[in-house]
Amino acid sequence: MIENRKYIVIGVFCLVGLVYLLRLFYLQILDDSYSLESSSNSIKRIIEIPYRGQIYDRSGKFIVYNTPVYDLYVTPKKVQIADTAAFCRLMELERSEFDSIMNNAKSYSYVKPSLFLRQLSKEDFARIQDALVDYRGFEHVTSSMRTYPAHTLANALGYVSEISKKQLDEQETPYYRQGDYIGRSGLEQQYESVLRGQRGVKFVMQNVHQVVKGSWKNGAFDSLAVAGKNLYTGIDVEIQQYADTLMQNKVGSVVAIEPSTGQILAMVSAPTYDPNSLSSRFFSKSYAKLAKNPYKPLINRPVMASYRPGSTFKLIQAMVALQDGAVAPSSIFSHAGSPMKCHCNRSGRLNLAGAVQYSCNPYFYHVFRRLLYNNNERNTFKASAMGLHHWHDMVSKFGIGQKLGVDLPGELKGSLPDADYYNRMYGENHWKFSTVYSLSIGEGELLINPLKMANVAAIVANRGWFYTPHIVSGIGKPGEGIDPKYLEKHEVGIDPRHFEILAEGMQGAVEHGTTTMAANIPGITICGKTGTSQNKKGKDHSIFVAFAPRENPKIAIAVFVENAGWGGIAAASVASLVIEKYIKRRVDNHALDKKVKESNYLPAVTLPKKPAPKKYEMPKDSAAKPLIVKTIPQQPTPVPVEPKSLASRPVTTNGN
Amino acid sequence: MLYIACVLMGWLNVYAAVYSPEIQTNLFDMSTNAGKQLMWIGTTVLLIIAILVINYRFWDTFAFVIYGATILSLLLVLVAGSNINGSRSWFKFGGFSIQPAEFAKLATALALARYIDYPNVNLTKLKDQLWCAGIIALPAVLIIASNETGSMLVFASFIIMLYREGLPGVYPLIAIVIVTLFILTLIVPKLFLFGGILALGILVFFLTPRYQRSFQNVMVIGITAVAMIAIVAGVDFFVNSVLQKHQQNRIKVLINPAADPLGAGWNVTQAKIAIGSGRLQGKGFLEGTQTKLDFVPEQSTDFIFCTIGEEHGFIGSLIVVCLFVFLLCRIVLLAEKQRTRFARVYGYSVAGIIFFHLMINVGMTIGLMPVIGIPLPFFSYGGSSLWSFSILLFIFLKLDSRRVGMFTR
Repeated sequence: MIENRKYIVIGVFCLVGLVYLLRLFYLQILDDSYSLESSSNSIKRIIEIPYRGQIYDRSGKFIVYNTPVYDLYVTPKKVQIADTAAFCRLMELERSEFDSIMNNAKSYSYVKPSLFLRQLSKEDFARIQDALVDYRGFEHVTSSMRTYPAHTLANALGYVSEISKKQLDEQETPYYRQGDYIGRSGLEQQYESVLRGQRGVKFVMQNVHQVVKGSWKNGAFDSLAVAGKNLYTGIDVEIQQYADTLMQNKVGSVVAIEPSTGQILAMVSAPTYDPNSLSSRFFSKSYAKLAKNPYKPLINRPVMASYRPGSTFKLIQAMVALQDGAVAPSSIFSHAGSPMKCHCNRSGRLNLAGAVQYSCNPYFYHVFRRLLYNNNERNTFKASAMGLHHWHDMVSKFGIGQKLGVDLPGELKGSLPDADYYNRMYGENHWKFSTVYSLSIGEGELLINPLKMANVAAIVANRGWFYTPHIVSGIGKPGEGIDPKYLEKHEVGIDPRHFEILAEGMQGAVEHGTTTMAANIPGITICGKTGTSQNKKGKDHSIFVAFAPRENPKIAIAVFVENAGWGGIAAASVASLVIEKYIKRRVDNHALDKKVKESNYLPAVTLPKKPAPKKYEMPKDSAAKPLIVKTIPQQPTPVPVEPKSLASRPVTTNGN
Repeated sequence: MLYIACVLMGWLNVYAAVYSPEIQTNLFDMSTNAGKQLMWIGTTVLLIIAILVINYRFWDTFAFVIYGATILSLLLVLVAGSNINGSRSWFKFGGFSIQPAEFAKLATALALARYIDYPNVNLTKLKDQLWCAGIIALPAVLIIASNETGSMLVFASFIIMLYREGLPGVYPLIAIVIVTLFILTLIVPKLFLFGGILALGILVFFLTPRYQRSFQNVMVIGITAVAMIAIVAGVDFFVNSVLQKHQQNRIKVLINPAADPLGAGWNVTQAKIAIGSGRLQGKGFLEGTQTKLDFVPEQSTDFIFCTIGEEHGFIGSLIVVCLFVFLLCRIVLLAEKQRTRFARVYGYSVAGIIFFHLMINVGMTIGLMPVIGIPLPFFSYGGSSLWSFSILLFIFLKLDSRRVGMFTR
């Protein structure tokens, strides 16, 4: 019987073997989590980040290029620092900063390198590198930093910074990782996919100590990094810089367009900042400072700010009315019957060109009235609705009330009210011309941004067509690769002959108009139109749109100066100087140049409400003093320059 | 044949385990473990030839002498051995080390066989049981003294042989019950266990036919239940106070490997990842990333099975496990055919030892056994282990050849 025990023994052997095989079957075949863990264990993906594309201006000058910088990494386990104080002096660090960096690094890993100092400049690094021989445990990695040699165009360019948590979570295909850089606004954001290039991926095997032991599968799955494409823009850096200086101590925008191509020559958003400040290792400090600035230097006003177009809108009204046949070039309207007052003192004596020249409010009241009632409908309510509908269609073609499609993020649609809008507001057949007449002079429910107004100037300059304004004129190579929509000519549906009347009036406005003597530059026929954008919150905004020269125009421009008060002087001065600079490549009118640069229209800033200290009462006028903006030197004369003759006039009406 | 297959596969796997993509080593390079293993294999062949040449009577006759010599060397190593990984159990000769504990198994097997071979020995008798226990315990205690708990545990494998030779089935049963209780205690809350044991005892009592409910039998049931409860209660004390820290951890890791994956659980977790990532066909020879890049510790010795699992997948593991089970069955069947009790006892001991190594070694890499540092026979790198297993096996083959020879004669 005892011999039978051999079967039990064999049975036990087989049973254990079977159990082990089942377990192996489970581990190796059924459960695939181990397989995944193994690759994350030993195979590491190393991303090679290519150089970001650089940005050029229209003459090939750099606007943005990459400077090599050095990121210093520390491996805590290897660190040997004999004299920490000397080391901190070398690194220009406080002892506390050094400690906190080291503690962070240690809590991350003792054996893996952590970032110690980011974006050391070549000069800094050269200084440190020699001394670094004496210290163990530090190594550097070259990376690159955006550098802006022209120190301008910050708002349109945008900036590059570490990707946010939200962006990381929302990306459709997982491309970015924590700590990656991404274009965060402006062109950097718009052209992110082009600028960033294509990352290289390298798979390497590493052992348990994270030491790389060679490439995986001999690099069969590796890919090379492809550098980002360069952007070629239509920006004229000299003009841009000059416009910057003119706009100092002002809030507003300058947008200059080359009418024949739609390329943007200059795009100033004031106040602005030096783009380099958001590119250094002090990014977060600089950013916080800019974000707190009450003048909001981070927004790109040419596309992100909305204004009422004021009298500049009369250009569109005139074109639409002529095309519609509502008025003739020779039509004359008197001031009578208009609820709006006028400064022109030429009642009943102005034809259309004259009305543009002197910006006669009552004239355009009548023009708009004719426009709305220029149909067979007898009922004034219904006729107004029909007329407004028609008017809306015609004005829309100028890009008003919609996004133009500029290659910048954050463009505002603005507002162009249609019949439905007023139906909702007042009820159908409960409104008519007399309800909406303020549209006639660019007030009421209209909202535009400076870019659109510059485009209107370009349309008049081109006598009836435009290319969608754009900054980038070439991707990779000059003149190549841009979105075909920027090469598509848009007709606005106005007969070219009508524009001559308008140009006549605009030239007159600059040369003989009451308000715009400041814009007259000898030797260049500038056609321009002033405007006042009513501002309920404070002083009105000064607007000027222009193109020059009258024949074969080279530049179309819109200038907005916020809170510069009634009349177009402030804006017109800036515009004329920019035009002169662009066409003559120099400025002869030094007096005007000096005056503009010195004038200060910074509005009073109301500080965000803080609980006032209880010890003493805040003087009431303290909030009215302009706050000093750090980015732009404040001029000592805060008094806005305004012609006395105009300032003393009643400001109850809005034409000029 | 089976033996040659095992050794060759072991050698190639040792090579794979130490293979590094940076340094293109030669398979025969003496400076690597694989090269050394080749040398060990060479010397083993000489040993095998020697064993086959030596008369079979030699082992029979000198069994106790060999046993005595081994005990001496175990004593000696405690004094003169060199310290490797915290255990003073190695003799160092130049670049090579020899572990007498490996040979102690062989010597003990021979001594046991010799003792049981005495005609009047009956393992149902307590006296003979104690003698056998003594023969096993002496080297085991010495090995514990040299801090090689793993090798000591192997001596438990003799219970298989003793069972075959007539040891009452109660002993393995008790062993199984103790181990089961031990594991249950670590997993199940103690109160449940206490309740379960009591319930079991009462159940057994009532299931016993009335006429058998003698006072003696009731006492047996009662004492068993009390002993079981005592074991359960004592497990905590044993785990926390008797075992060393790393041994405690190994047991805890077995119960819950996820508790400390980077610390105590590292070995097991990484071993499982290595084996699991092999899938059906494996990553291919020399392609194992886990084992080659040192994620699995001791990948050429105790964790050699990971290399097999990772590089050759389930198919490779299947072949290896089947190979071993086949080898074991073959040894058992051969042992049964032996004319002499000596040869049979010895054959069973060999099977038991190999089985125990296989069970523990493979079991720990797949997370079924606690981590105990004993090698996989014929596979793991190491001269002592290869030598001792080879000698172990070939002495048995020599004894067997005599039987075959008797038939043919």
